[in-house]
Amino acid sequence: MSLGELSTLLVWGAATAYAIAFVAFAVDLARLADDRVGERVEAESVAVGTAGASAAAGSTVVAERPMPVPPTGPRRRRAAGIAMATTTAGLALHVAGTVLRGLAAGRVPWANMYEFSLVGSLVAVTTFLVLCRRRDVRFLGSIVIGLALVALGLGLARFYIPAAAVEPALQSYWLVIHVSIAIIATGLLTVSFAASALQLLKDSRDAGSPHLASRHWRPLDALPSTRELEALSFRITAVGFVLWTFTVMAGAMWAEHAWARYWGWDPKEVWSFVVWVVYAAYLHARTTRGWSGRRAAWFVVIGYATVLFNFTGVNLFFHGLHAYSGLTTGTPK
Amino acid sequence: MAVHPPPYRPEGLADDPYDAAEDAPATVTLPRLGWTGSLRWVWRQLTSMRVALMLLMLLAVVAVPGSVFPQRPRDPASVAAYLRDNPSVGPWLDRLGFFDVYASPWFSAVYVLLFVSLIGCIVPRLRVHLRAVRAAPPRTPRNLARMPSHRELTTTASPEAVVDAARTVLVGRFRLLPRFRVVTPDEVAGVRTVSAERGYVRESGNVLFHLALVGLLVSIATGQALHYRGQAIVVEGRGFANAVTDYDTFEAGTAFDPRSLVPFTLRLDRFTATFTADAAARPRDFVADVTVKDAQGEHKETIKVNHPLSAGAANVYLQGNGYAPDVLIRDADGNIAFSGPVPFLPQDAQYRSKGVIKVPDVTSGDQIGLVGFLLPTAVISAQGASSIYPQPDNPMLVLTVWKGDLGLDDGVPQNVYELDARGMTQVLDTDGKPSTLLVAPGQTVDLPDGLGTLTWSGLPRFVALDLRHDPSLPWILGFAVAALGGLVLSLFTPRRRVWLRVTSVDGRRVVAAAALARGDDLGLDAELDRVVAAVAALEPDPHQEGQDDEPR
Ligand code: HEM
Repeated sequence: MSLGELSTLLVWGAATAYAIAFVAFAVDLARLADDRVGERVEAESVAVGTAGASAAAGSTVVAERPMPVPPTGPRRRRAAGIAMATTTAGLALHVAGTVLRGLAAGRVPWANMYEFSLVGSLVAVTTFLVLCRRRDVRFLGSIVIGLALVALGLGLARFYIPAAAVEPALQSYWLVIHVSIAIIATGLLTVSFAASALQLLKDSRDAGSPHLASRHWRPLDALPSTRELEALSFRITAVGFVLWTFTVMAGAMWAEHAWARYWGWDPKEVWSFVVWVVYAAYLHARTTRGWSGRRAAWFVVIGYATVLFNFTGVNLFFHGLHAYSGLTTGTPK
Repeated sequence: MAVHPPPYRPEGLADDPYDAAEDAPATVTLPRLGWTGSLRWVWRQLTSMRVALMLLMLLAVVAVPGSVFPQRPRDPASVAAYLRDNPSVGPWLDRLGFFDVYASPWFSAVYVLLFVSLIGCIVPRLRVHLRAVRAAPPRTPRNLARMPSHRELTTTASPEAVVDAARTVLVGRFRLLPRFRVVTPDEVAGVRTVSAERGYVRESGNVLFHLALVGLLVSIATGQALHYRGQAIVVEGRGFANAVTDYDTFEAGTAFDPRSLVPFTLRLDRFTATFTADAAARPRDFVADVTVKDAQGEHKETIKVNHPLSAGAANVYLQGNGYAPDVLIRDADGNIAFSGPVPFLPQDAQYRSKGVIKVPDVTSGDQIGLVGFLLPTAVISAQGASSIYPQPDNPMLVLTVWKGDLGLDDGVPQNVYELDARGMTQVLDTDGKPSTLLVAPGQTVDLPDGLGTLTWSGLPRFVALDLRHDPSLPWILGFAVAALGGLVLSLFTPRRRVWLRVTSVDGRRVVAAAALARGDDLGLDAELDRVVAAVAALEPDPHQEGQDDEPR
């Protein structure tokens, strides 16, 4: 078996581990929601039972605190434990697969769409695990791991090409810088999208939306408050935006070296610009009266849609200089 | 000490308790009647946050058509094809500027308005910020317990000691670069306060970011006006000089001055191409070895894709390559009618290359045109001739022959890669099929109809060089870096205020402390805790009361 084939096998292993983790995260969220409902009922009965007593106020306040205070023992979140363990194992396979891919091709492993999916999802999962070390954001797990799974699946099934070296136009240290930062930014924006999407869903459920009233949506109750989700999303988006700004600038440097112009409105450049402007609009919306909160969160959703389109649609639908999916043989210029 | 200035607020900026804490007098401006009044109203709207937001969204939307429709500056051939295929909507789209979106009036209108709004917004902010930087931190609010983050403790230490302890932690280790700016005014007799603020660079970064965007736009526009770009095809062993007339195509901005062409000459010594050995023949490396002669003398250089050569204040890029078969043609009278390399343009990954050899200078009779292909590794099969590899392993020229008037003498510039067939007739074989020549290197063949002979003497390569001079590049880089730096400062600098009030009650000191941040700030409580801990440490056995750390 060649290094390239071994790499592919490891990536399949990572995808399998993520699939298990995805299910476990979903189960955990559902359990958490059940617990929260139980808690709330208890708290209410305490409040009713000691009506008028000053102590009642205190206990209600505690129960209504936004962050879930888990009276639930560690045994009760066993699903989350399994999910974290399989995610970590998946990440280890994922890292090994990516490194081997680079070794097999004799270059950095981010030069075509398969490799972008590979490294982009790697960054998203790593970001998620690092965040988990700092605070309990395991509730994001099902979305982040779900998206990583989709990216890996699409990569393996649709974008896969065997490992090989790259064309002269791609032989540049700007490739390493530009593309790696772009992938990290994409990973971060994936996580912030997860937080904003949850914020919107939770906000709708809290507002009594009939579509989200059923018990299937009860996991939303287990999440932190919409304010906290918005703050989390903003912090990650801010980092992602800075990295995206850098990506666009480094891309212009690379284009200047490779194509004799720093900006040429190639479809990829157009969409990178659109992504940048949408997130700039998001940062403005957050601080514009009447546009913060829910409306600002929609910008993150739209922004992420443009990120995804920039990554997939532009490579597949338009013919520009950035034709590096590797799925068709290029002609020399 | 200067009074803390009221913050400048673009219309529609969301309320943040941080700004409200400054007790700014509310200014209500009623629109005045008349011209100036309406103009002022329009200006306030244009420079409002809401309009900036709308314009940003609009900018994202109007940029999209440029990726959907072919664009004339990038790909004029596709635009022509689109117009041919869509005769009904095509011309309308053309009139509305959809084939040159980024120069269209509507796209320009959006970004010009955005930048006018930006300047109208940022200049007053800059003025206010410059005053704020010199002003003292805002005075201590009356009711500290109303702040989102607050503490209270009592101590037996003297008011002086409390104030000093707080100041020391707030200023931090570097007195010249204090973390917080701190003032400690007496409020009324016996009541000491500490008022501290950090994070002025947040606003500086924000202003820097927005101003750098303006700088970026101005630099780009200046570069557009001053730049020039020339393209030249250079065959191995030959060269060109940096002069407008020596380029195959030359294009320059409106303010271009031909004197900005720094004189130099460049000769292509050798061009090396490397491909993978498999049938796909993916390109691996292209290297042009050149000799440059300029004011510093003669020196050898290499140009590669991604590694332009800088010469004469310009950059020279390797943009393409191919073969230029060197041919010698004698006319019917046996005189040399043409001699030299003719670039053939590659059509596919295997370098099946198309070209035309035009022979106008015949001694007598018809002019000659030879049209056809160069095949670097030729394979002749029933379907015709093709190339299976881009390296010259088995090169072959496959040419058809035309005779007549090439149309070169009427002064109209012609495409050198195409034959103008209007005055020409194709030479046919006896069976009525076009007469086709298959030539191998070194071979001499007779042209049909007694037109003469063709000798293929060599197969040098050519490179397509793109030479570009844009004096704005360092400025663009500088402003881009400034924008990025400003952005980082603005997004990641915490902006915080900390206040202490020390009152004496029954011989003990009651210390109330509070902190406030702009936006969400995870580190705010920790910051306040550090100050409170320093004050509490003044007493060996701190007798704390009512420590209240309920966040928001
Ligand atoms: C080319 C157009 C513009 C772009 C790309 C842009 C981009 C940004 C970005 C990325 C931020 C967040 C980072 C930071 O705080 O520095 C920001 C903040 C801000 N922008 Fe802009 N901006 C533009 C135009 C404007 C205009 C026209 C205004 C005036 C109405 C404006 C007012 C502001 C304000 C007040 C903030 C700070 C918000 C706060 O945190 O309080 N910007 N802008």
